[in-house]
Amino acid sequence: MTRTDVQLMLDVKAGDEASFDLLLRKYRLPLVNFLFRMVRDAATAEDLAQEVFLRVYRARKQYSPSAKFTTWLFRIATNLALNSVRDNRHRRADVSIDVTMEEDEAPRELPAREMRIDEHMIERDRSEFIRRAVAALPEKQRVAVLLHKYEEMDYGEIAKVLACSESALKSLLFRAYETLRVQLAPLVAQPVAPRSGEGRPV
Amino acid sequence: MKCHEVENELIAYLDRRTNSADRKELEEHLATCSPCRLRAEGFRKVWNVLDEVPSIEPSLGFDARLRQRVAAEPRARWTGWFVPQPRLALSMALLIALSVWIGSRPPATPLENEMGAKQQFEMIKDLPVLENYDELTKFDALSELGPAAATQPSTEQDRPANPDGGGQ
Repeated sequence: MTRTDVQLMLDVKAGDEASFDLLLRKYRLPLVNFLFRMVRDAATAEDLAQEVFLRVYRARKQYSPSAKFTTWLFRIATNLALNSVRDNRHRRADVSIDVTMEEDEAPRELPAREMRIDEHMIERDRSEFIRRAVAALPEKQRVAVLLHKYEEMDYGEIAKVLACSESALKSLLFRAYETLRVQLAPLVAQPVAPRSGEGRPV
Repeated sequence: MKCHEVENELIAYLDRRTNSADRKELEEHLATCSPCRLRAEGFRKVWNVLDEVPSIEPSLGFDARLRQRVAAEPRARWTGWFVPQPRLALSMALLIALSVWIGSRPPATPLENEMGAKQQFEMIKDLPVLENYDELTKFDALSELGPAAATQPSTEQDRPANPDGGGQ
């Protein structure tokens, strides 16, 4: 019988370390990707993901299943990511005004085997263009889009993560996608063929 | 439905999470409003474009590093089961400390009793005099001593010049 996330977390609370391992394996990938899309740096995303899991573990004794486990998990992740983005923004302003965000933040990915180098460059440019467009959204809109589009959370859950009403969330999503529709218009006009494989960071 | 009302319903419509009545109303609007229709089509294309962004994989050492950090966390102590909440534990500790402090104070009642006994003794000792004050002042034996003795002046000014009552 498959245990729900809440049941797994209650088992962790009762001292079952193996249940924590199951939650880790289940949410490691979506969490790291969510954080990567928030902070646009793979190493930082991993560090933050570790911190999220560690906070979940530390809070196990106080855990009460008042909300879905994912709501709690992504709420922690969102808070950490936003703090990191804000800190990083300040640090950049302090350390250097010469290094541009574009130079520093380009993620590295391995090309799929079937792609030629020029195709990879086009795809990488497109991916980077998309990431920047998402990253340029206001914080709440960005979180809303990432949880809606990539995590496929329902409106009620995203609203809880963002501490807003469902109606406010729908409005946030509408404005975010309207902005992206304008920003990504050049890519929309030139669609690429679906890839047969996915890249991975190096 | 008006264009500004589409804002709250369009995302749910594209997600196919609207009820049939809202869906029908929205579709009627989209059929007649080309800006809203273009926007809806644009949103669908944006979603497809967002799918192009590849996922990343956590590094191979991710799990091991996390397990190491978890292992370094302080374990729950055996006393933890009867101290579930730190605030409750603190309240209980304060209550016990207060009880001990009150219990350890020197008892005030014996001293108070001692003082009370002394005062009571003094009062009881004088009680017959106090109770029979009127009788004592009119006591016959004392009246035989004469009015001067009975009404002994208390000051020199009240004392007559000749105690025998005769003048010179």
